[in-house]
Amino acid sequence: MSSYHLDHLQYLETEAIHVMREVAAEFERPALLFSGGKDSICLLRLAEKAFRPSDIPMPFLNVETGHEFPELIEFRDRRAKQLGAKLIVRTVDEAFAKGIAHPTPGQVSRNQLQIPVLLAAIEEFQFDCAIGGARRDEEKARAKERFFSFRDSFGQWDPKNQRPEIWNLYNARVNPGENMRVFPLSNWTEMDVWDYIKKEQLEVPNIYFSHERECYRKGGQWLPVPPPHTDATKPDPYEGARPKPTDTVKKMICRVRTIADMISTGMIESKTETIDDIIGEVSAARVTERGTRADDKASEAAMEDRKKAGYF
Amino acid sequence: MPHSHPIELLRFNTCGSVDDGKSTLIGRLLYDSKSLMEDQVEALEKSADITGGGQINLANLTDGLRAEREQGITIDVAYRYFATPKRKFIVADTPGHVQYTRNMVTGASNANLSIVLVDARQGVIEQTRRHTYIAALLGIPHLVIAINKMDLVDWKQERFQEIRDEIEDFLPKLGAFRDVKFIPMSALNGDNVVDFSKHTPWYEGPTLLGHLETVHIASDWNMSTFRFPVQWVNRPNNPTDKSLHDFRGLSGQIASGIVCKGQQVVVLPAGIRTTVKDIWTYDGSLAEAFCPQSATLCLEHDIDISRGDMIVGLENLPGRSSELSARVCWMNQRPLQTGKKYFLKHTTQTVQAVVTAVENKINFDTLEAVDAPGTLAMNDIGGIKIRTAKPLVFDGYSTNRLTGSFILIEQGTNLTVGAGMLAPPLEAVKPEYSDFAI
Repeated sequence: MSSYHLDHLQYLETEAIHVMREVAAEFERPALLFSGGKDSICLLRLAEKAFRPSDIPMPFLNVETGHEFPELIEFRDRRAKQLGAKLIVRTVDEAFAKGIAHPTPGQVSRNQLQIPVLLAAIEEFQFDCAIGGARRDEEKARAKERFFSFRDSFGQWDPKNQRPEIWNLYNARVNPGENMRVFPLSNWTEMDVWDYIKKEQLEVPNIYFSHERECYRKGGQWLPVPPPHTDATKPDPYEGARPKPTDTVKKMICRVRTIADMISTGMIESKTETIDDIIGEVSAARVTERGTRADDKASEAAMEDRKKAGYF
Repeated sequence: MPHSHPIELLRFNTCGSVDDGKSTLIGRLLYDSKSLMEDQVEALEKSADITGGGQINLANLTDGLRAEREQGITIDVAYRYFATPKRKFIVADTPGHVQYTRNMVTGASNANLSIVLVDARQGVIEQTRRHTYIAALLGIPHLVIAINKMDLVDWKQERFQEIRDEIEDFLPKLGAFRDVKFIPMSALNGDNVVDFSKHTPWYEGPTLLGHLETVHIASDWNMSTFRFPVQWVNRPNNPTDKSLHDFRGLSGQIASGIVCKGQQVVVLPAGIRTTVKDIWTYDGSLAEAFCPQSATLCLEHDIDISRGDMIVGLENLPGRSSELSARVCWMNQRPLQTGKKYFLKHTTQTVQAVVTAVENKINFDTLEAVDAPGTLAMNDIGGIKIRTAKPLVFDGYSTNRLTGSFILIEQGTNLTVGAGMLAPPLEAVKPEYSDFAI
C-alpha cells in the first residue's frame, strides 16, 4: 500500500463494519433485517466482512406483506441458504389469522401493517436489536436518524429525544422490552450502494434489471399488474390493486429502482442490462429513489409518522 | 453527478444561531451544485406556496420533520449527502439554539471541518464564540467562518474585516485549528457559495464549495501511534472445518497508526508482548493495515484477550489510570451529580464511574474558566475529575480522538448524558515486559 488513505467506499465500509461488530458485542439477541433488496444485500456482505471466518452471529428476519415480487423471495431464500444463516419470515397474513394485525378498510397497501408484524416478531424472539439497511439520504425523516436508534417498549421512535451520538462511541444500552434499530448504511447514498455492489460483485435480484412486464398507470406511476388470482377458495389478496377497465395497461421494458411490494413499487422504463448501466442511470436520474415509492407519497410527513409508530 | 470511481470523503457540520441561515446555506449548496432531484424541487415549490409566499424556501430541504417546519426551526442533527466530481460530502446540519449545543457536539464530533455562520448585521455573538470553542475543543482540524447576509450590510469590506478581526482576537485562546478561512457570502442569493459573487471584488479567497473541494484532509487521521481497541473476539465454532479450529482473531477498528505483519505489539492492560502473526480480512491477509481500517489481528501467542483490551505498538505507550481528568460537555436536563455512579464508555469497554469533582466551567462570553461551579447543567462545558471502577488504558484527546474520548451514560434511563475528552496521561503505562513464555 503506497498511501495510507481510504477512498469514500472504503471509509463507509469500515464505519459499517465497526457498527456491526458493536451490535454483535453489545446485544444478547440481535437480528438482521434482510429483504433481498439492494441495501440489505450490502448489509450481508458487510456482515461477512465483520464476522468471518466465524458464522454471522445473528439470524435474518423478514416481514412479508403477501404482495412480494416472487423473484425477490426466491433470491432472499437462496442467499440466506448460501450464507448458512437462519432466516425467519413473518407474514401479514399470519398476523391477520392470529389477530395481531387487522386489514384496514379501504386500504390495499399492507405497508403500514408491517409495523405490528415486525414488533410482534421482535417480541416473539426477544430480539433486543434489529439491524436494518435504511439510509439517511432516502428521506427527510431518515436524515435525522441515528446509527443506534432507540425504541421504547412500544417500538416507538422519538425524534425529539434521541441519544446524542458522539465519535464512534455508540450507547447500546437498553432495558428489557426496549430495543435498538441499528443502521450501518446511515451514511451511504443510493450511488454508494450501487458502487459497492459493483466493487464487491454482488448478485442482485433480476427485477433490478430491465425486463418485460405488464404495468398500469396509477397515481402518476407505472405499477406492476399483480399475478392472476387463481385460488377461488380464498379472497383475492390484490383486491383493489388491480387495474380498472378504464386504466391504461401496457407491456413495457422496465425495472425497479427501489423495492417495496408489488402494490407500492413504481416501475421505471429503462434499458439496463448490467450494474454499470444502473450506475449510469442513477447518476443521470432526475428524481429521488423514493420518488418511485407510493407509500411515501401519502403525505409530506408519511415516513416520519410511520417511524414514530415503529417502522424501520 | 457520476462518481463511480474512488474519491475522497469530507465530513463537515454547520453551526450558527437561529436565523443565521444554516439551512438556507446547505439548501444553496445542494441546489447550486445540482444535487437536487426534480421531486425535491417540486416538493420545495409546493411548500413555497404555503410558507414562502411564492419564493422557494431552501431551508425546507433540511428542516425535515413536521414539527420543525411548523416552528421554522431545526430540532435535531440532520445529515445530508452530496457530491461533486472532486469530492463526496457528508453534512451535519446542527441547530444553533443554546439548548441544543449537545446536537452540535453530536454533529461535529466526526467532522473534518466546521462552518460557523455569522450574521453580518449582528456580528460576533455568544453563539459564535460557543460554536467556535466547541469546534476547537473537539479537535476539528479545519474551520470556516462564513460571514453571511453580506447583502444586508451592502457588501462592505469594512464590516467583513471588523468581524474577522474580532474572531481572530479570540481564536488563539482556543488552540490549534490547522486552517481557518473567512468567507463573505449571501446564502440566500448564492454569492460566494458555489459561484463567485460580483459584489466582492475585494475578496480574493475561494468560494465555500471551492474550499470544501480542495482543503487538505489527507492528514486528518492520526497515523503516528498504533492503537487497536479489541472490539470482538473472532473464534469460529465450526466443527466441520478443521482449518478454523485454531483460529483466534481479535476484530476491531484501528484507532490510530499503522500495524504490520510480524510487528511486535503489547496487549494492555495485561502488559504481555507478542507478535502480529496475521492481519486477517475477508478480502485476504494484509501486510499492513492503518487507521481507520477494520481488521482482525491474529497474534503469535494464545493470550487471554477480551473486548475492551487494547493492542498497541512498543513506542509511545498510552496511560493507564482509574483517576482521570477530562473536559466534559453535559447533555441532559438533569445536571451532573458528583458522587453518583454513571456508566462510562471508552473505546470498546464500559465501566462504572463516579465524578469526584467539578473543577471549572467555561463562560462563553469571556471564554474563561470559572472555578468551582459546583455542577454542570445541560450544555455546560467544564473540567472534571473522574474515578473509574477499573483503570482505563487511554491517551489524551488532543493526541488521539478515539482513545481519548468517552461518553457518560445515566444508569437506569440509559441516556447519554455527557461527552468527555481526556487530559493527557501523567505517565505512560509501564508493562512488566515478561515476554510471553509457554
